[in-house]
Amino acid sequence: MPSITRASLPDAAPKQARVSVPPTSTIRGWGRIGMRGREVRSDDLERATVGATLSRGLGRSYGDSSLPASPDGTVVNTTLADRLLSFDEETNVLRAEAGCSLLALNRVFLPRNVFVPVTPGTQFVTLGGMVASDVHGKDHHAHGTIGQHVRRLRMRVADGRIVTCSREEHADLFAATVGGMGLTGHILDVELSMRRIPSPWIQQTSRRVGDIDEFLDALEDGAHRWPYTVGWIDCLTRGAHMGRGILMAGDWAPASEAPTRFPKPHPRIAMPFDLPSFVLGRATVAAFNEAFYWKHLPREMSGIVHWETFFYPLDAIGEWNRMYGKRGFTQYQCVLPTSAGRDAARRVLDILTRRGGASFLCVIKDCGPEGEGLLSFPMKGISIALDIPVRDDTQALVDALNEQVIREGGRIYLTKDQFTRREHFHAMEPRLPRFQEIRRHWDPEGRIRSAQSVRLFDERR
Amino acid sequence: MKRPLHAVILGGTSGMGRAVARALAQRGDRIFLLGIDEPELDKSAADLSVRAKSPVGWALCDLLRPETFAPALDAAHAALGGFDTVIVTAALFATQDDLERDRKLAERLLTADFTNTVLFCEEAKERLLTRGGGTLCVFSSVAGERGRKPIGLYGAAKAGLTRYLEALDHRHHGAGLRVVTVKPGFVKTAMTAHLPPPPFAGEADDVATLVVGAIDLGLPVVYAPLAWGPIMTVIRNLPRFVMRRVGF
Repeated sequence: MPSITRASLPDAAPKQARVSVPPTSTIRGWGRIGMRGREVRSDDLERATVGATLSRGLGRSYGDSSLPASPDGTVVNTTLADRLLSFDEETNVLRAEAGCSLLALNRVFLPRNVFVPVTPGTQFVTLGGMVASDVHGKDHHAHGTIGQHVRRLRMRVADGRIVTCSREEHADLFAATVGGMGLTGHILDVELSMRRIPSPWIQQTSRRVGDIDEFLDALEDGAHRWPYTVGWIDCLTRGAHMGRGILMAGDWAPASEAPTRFPKPHPRIAMPFDLPSFVLGRATVAAFNEAFYWKHLPREMSGIVHWETFFYPLDAIGEWNRMYGKRGFTQYQCVLPTSAGRDAARRVLDILTRRGGASFLCVIKDCGPEGEGLLSFPMKGISIALDIPVRDDTQALVDALNEQVIREGGRIYLTKDQFTRREHFHAMEPRLPRFQEIRRHWDPEGRIRSAQSVRLFDERR
Repeated sequence: MKRPLHAVILGGTSGMGRAVARALAQRGDRIFLLGIDEPELDKSAADLSVRAKSPVGWALCDLLRPETFAPALDAAHAALGGFDTVIVTAALFATQDDLERDRKLAERLLTADFTNTVLFCEEAKERLLTRGGGTLCVFSSVAGERGRKPIGLYGAAKAGLTRYLEALDHRHHGAGLRVVTVKPGFVKTAMTAHLPPPPFAGEADDVATLVVGAIDLGLPVVYAPLAWGPIMTVIRNLPRFVMRRVGF
């Protein structure tokens, strides 16, 4: 938007240097596992990204995706670069700086009945992070990943140039950047199409589901009727009721059925300290799961709910990752292709329940077709996500799950990953060579790296 | 205070100024930005325009060049059709070590944060009094409350500024001028991004909420975050032999 007045002055004073080199510190992902490195916070991304090895946003990727590859690496924290640059009321196209948080977008746009085209399960993510992870949500079967709604990206690439990419311009860079985990360059601005909604309230329905087969049917059936569906699974129950849980489905409520007032943001309480790790043992998780399942006493319930309740239930507790104690936790998320058959989900859950991986959060969701992003996670099939507190046997559990996922022809979500082995990732990702080729083209010296890229696929040096 | 406000913000492109400008824009107040960097002003004006759903203008104004003050305020007056609120969040910041090493930098900082900020306030005050009063909200700092080892020079400029604002309030309150002195503690912004945050470090958005409330109520002094009020009461009362020993 043009400014309406400018008082012109001769030779404006030079800009103050605002980017100084910070000391080395431990930078952590959401799973709380950290790496040493330098983190620069600046509201001037163009300046801060010069020579930096990686960008990160709110640090909500669970593993090492947003952590530096080496302690001398500089990581740019984008969260201060959070300005909206333009919004077109006619086309709903938004352009904003990469550090803009989803929380801020929701606060500004939901009162106008405008919503992001795709939302992940937390508001504490940045636009740049959403693109780098090519996030998906409860509506993947209907709306795909966020990448499908991104029109253009402005980036600082490794050689120092600022480049604009889209489906027409530098299409290779665009395809590699959507879901590219920030490894193709630093995203500066994002242009995407927002969505008009009838009201800022959600019409929700939920029902108890008896076992995994019923779940797969319920998800498939729900997908025809609802744009948002997701399932919570009690993954401690074995035998006939394995995979029992609760299916939640929803849509934006029509204006005629929604309350006329705007839903107030929920208050947040923060986890004030780390819980000792024994608290989240098998017994407590079993008790929680039992309670959560039977709280849903009627088989089916429905009503109008707050959008935060529906999309971001865990955001209500600040720093909930502290629940898992000092050793932290990881999330394992995989997708199993339709071609693997109906029993694939059962086989993966079986490995988990057999090994007694106690998990509060086990989420199941059907995915639509694969997106354009070269490393984008979802594919047509079933996605399963579970929180796993870090214990001595976590590596063995992740290995066993990965071996099964490879047999099924599935893959894992890099944004959640911390424990996958190099050879396993190569086995599940036939698209990797093409991605690496584009990366090499834009960054021949391999300057832009993360702890994760070094662990999984960069040349060792 | 009558709504909507017509507010001029010097330093509204980043940090706490950005947060205050947004808080005002989002509730429908009219805004005009003053600052030193054209691309930054352009982007911030765009951000506020999207939030306010109406265009926001800007003009160049540099705390190191007092000759820019009057034309900048004239431009704001023309664009807003008169203003009733002037907010100053701009200031230079540097660490005590850097200021002791670099005498030129110290001179620039002391000039910008005390002398020229006062001169800007004089210019703004005159215009507000001419229209029968209004609000002058200026960001000083808790650093000016006591002579403190790690922040002595910057703190001295802010101490002077705080006293000036206090006198301004005493002198013109009867004529309808409301002076709001904001004393932020450590707030996590670009200015402090290279420093490790101490306990009670605040977020810019929370500071903005407090500041907007103080502007509406015409409160003379506001500590932000609020916890710094009682903390500074303690610090102000610490005996000299303690201040000599502690690193605070």
